[in-house]
Amino acid sequence: PCPLLCEAAHCTSGVFVLQIQSCKRERDIHLLELLRRTALHGESNSVLLVGPRGAGKTMLLKSVLKELLKEKDVNKTLMQVHLNGLLQTDDKIALKEITRQLHLENVVGDKVFGSFAENLAFLLEALKKGDRSSSRPVLFLLDEFDLFVHHKNQTLLYNLFDVSQSAQAPIAVVGLTCRLDVLELLEKRVKSRFSHRQIHLLSGATFPDYVQRVQSKLWLPEQFPDQRFAHEWNNSVKVGLRVTVAKPCIKPADVLEASRVCFADAKANMLHGLSILELCLIIAMKHLNDVYEGEPFNLQMVHNEFKKFLQRKSSTIYHFEPAVVMKAFEHLQQLELIRPLDSPGARTQREFQLMRLLLDTSQIMEALQKYPQCPTDVKQWAMSAFA
Amino acid sequence: MTGPLQHPGYDEEKLRKIAELLPCREVQAELLLSLMGQPEHRSYPAIFIYGHRASGKSHTINMIMKELELPHVMVSCVECLSVALLFEQVLLSFFGADAAALLPRGPSLSDFVRIYRQQCSDSPAKQTRYIVSIMEKAEMLRDTDANLLPALLRLQELVEDNVSVILLSEIVWDKFRPNTGCFEPLLLHFSDYSKGELQQILSKDRHPSYSAEFYSSYINILLGVFYSVCRDLRELRHLAALNFSKFCEPLEEGKAKESDTHKLWRNIEPHLKKAMRTVYLREVSSLQWEKMQEMEEKEAGAVRGLSAHTHVELPYYSKFLLIAAYLASYNPARTDKRFFVKHHGKIKKTNFLKKNEKTSNHLLGPKPFPLDRMLAIFHSVVDSRVAPSASIFSQISSLVTLQLLNQASHDDQLDAPKYKCAVSMDFICAISRTVNFDIVKYLYDFL
Repeated sequence: PCPLLCEAAHCTSGVFVLQIQSCKRERDIHLLELLRRTALHGESNSVLLVGPRGAGKTMLLKSVLKELLKEKDVNKTLMQVHLNGLLQTDDKIALKEITRQLHLENVVGDKVFGSFAENLAFLLEALKKGDRSSSRPVLFLLDEFDLFVHHKNQTLLYNLFDVSQSAQAPIAVVGLTCRLDVLELLEKRVKSRFSHRQIHLLSGATFPDYVQRVQSKLWLPEQFPDQRFAHEWNNSVKVGLRVTVAKPCIKPADVLEASRVCFADAKANMLHGLSILELCLIIAMKHLNDVYEGEPFNLQMVHNEFKKFLQRKSSTIYHFEPAVVMKAFEHLQQLELIRPLDSPGARTQREFQLMRLLLDTSQIMEALQKYPQCPTDVKQWAMSAFA
Repeated sequence: MTGPLQHPGYDEEKLRKIAELLPCREVQAELLLSLMGQPEHRSYPAIFIYGHRASGKSHTINMIMKELELPHVMVSCVECLSVALLFEQVLLSFFGADAAALLPRGPSLSDFVRIYRQQCSDSPAKQTRYIVSIMEKAEMLRDTDANLLPALLRLQELVEDNVSVILLSEIVWDKFRPNTGCFEPLLLHFSDYSKGELQQILSKDRHPSYSAEFYSSYINILLGVFYSVCRDLRELRHLAALNFSKFCEPLEEGKAKESDTHKLWRNIEPHLKKAMRTVYLREVSSLQWEKMQEMEEKEAGAVRGLSAHTHVELPYYSKFLLIAAYLASYNPARTDKRFFVKHHGKIKKTNFLKKNEKTSNHLLGPKPFPLDRMLAIFHSVVDSRVAPSASIFSQISSLVTLQLLNQASHDDQLDAPKYKCAVSMDFICAISRTVNFDIVKYLYDFL
């Protein structure tokens, strides 16, 4: 049953993201209406979909588009241009992409345009067919809308919104962003041309809702071949994260194990792998932070603190050359557990460059508990309040 | 838990071979395989693997990819100085040289995604394609092109292909996350090797002409010396390889047998301690180290490490100039009168100021001083009368060139140049000994 299970799981979910329930919601209908008006009645619109990451903005858009394209009239005339803020980092690149997606590369050829507006007007003009009085409706979908805001003069946005306000051509501009304050990022002239229509998507799901959604995802359908297995599986589904061949059923213990792996503190994991010398240096830094209340330190101070600890012990296990201590210090810097205060100039010698510790006291103490074969005197030194 | 690696969709024979090649990494390999799933299925778009250096991250991925013959490309951020190289490598590995040639000069991410989409509509992925990026100098992904990392994480969505990006790094994911967030990758931690695991792995390199127990006892001694300082598998392997011949010396000379562990230990331990001071710090190259081992003890001392080259022989007055510079850097200006004037009054220093270590200048570093001050101190410490001639001033310039002094003022300021002394306490003590000058008496911190 296992291969079938894996197949089912992988086929049904192309993406490991919670799907919004497919019941019609107000905002689905609202957006659908808006886009239909552009496609069929030649009305220009602009709207922003705002919501945190993973709230389902792209999902919503995809389902609305699918619904929209079911109508034959729309399917025949509507043109879509998909832009992404991560990819089209420049207005020039964006314009090339628009030309490409409208299949107008040959029409544009080698023409040189004076401004962005001219170019865009030419493109929209070229979409007019034969006897039609106006050009075909175009749908502009701008993913990562907040990144377009950082382009020079916000030319693309200005022109798109300008066209949507004037009667040049029926276009719809739909922006998706995760920033709630996106309107404040727009320039005044761009903002005034925007319709200020925003659709907010907030997950607003409670834990029982969450459990129910995940259950419905993992639930095996009736068509599943092995009925008995399906029944057993469905019974054991609470919230599952990892399935391997050896463990075909999800048990609560697995969930706890998986959650421990997911929520583990990454820095604590890295602290676990440090050598004893490096750990002692970190404890020395912690003591310096305690005594001098978070002021930056340099290697000489840390080494001095470490030497004070060594003086109290009679054994000579930890006596290292200063150069060896320097190498350990540099390793910590490479792991970004400490960071120099300013960029390293040639003016200060390495031993005297001021640094800050990027770890919390609680993280250090926790890591010490888990550190394998930590010598007791090192632990005691860490716990002692006075260095 | 630690049973043999199993996975549907992959040949059992191959999986067994992988398990052999990855000692002590079975848990991570299993987890990785279960995340990757069967090759025909879509894999999770982004996986982030973090762990210490030499903890087996790239080795594991490499072995899995090679043995299971999955389409993949390994990209290193150190090699890819610009994003164009990154794009070229990916297109070359997945679609061949023709696709890579389609990239325009100075390609942008947009071009890359477009060409990728074109190519994969011609040849769709039958198996998951993997892009493995080793982020050693991750500054490229983080600073130069802020869009590259979020775009890579979303690559599966952007190109609509069965591609997965695996990122390997030493630094934790929190440092990479962009400001406005991005698609979160699955985090996977490769834990460090424990002492026992290190022993196990290092013992695999055993020399054929000696027994396994002999080599393990050698590794045991090596770990005993180096484990508290360094847990990096690569460094330890290197050190083990370099020093093994010295360890076997008593056996070859007939002075000891394999079971005389104490004798062997006594022979090798000072040698390893010396190695920590030299080869480990890269003061001496490995070649020099091997030569040193062949030479006799007395001759071996003649080989100098890298930092020994800074101990150049300075002319007589240069030494005093350096001493004067050191005193000017590390003594506060108001104490000059006490040290260098013949009949001085007592200066009061409060006990608090003296005992408070934080203000000890030797911890804070050298302070800049004007040239005049240094010359004044110089004239008072030098025993004979010295005329301030051009040769003295040119010696100061050569000290700056040797980087024993640093210029602390801008090049434009010709009339009041400032300097800082850049030598350590040990160095200056050694120099003062050669001119019979007791520097400690003149240092404020040691009053």
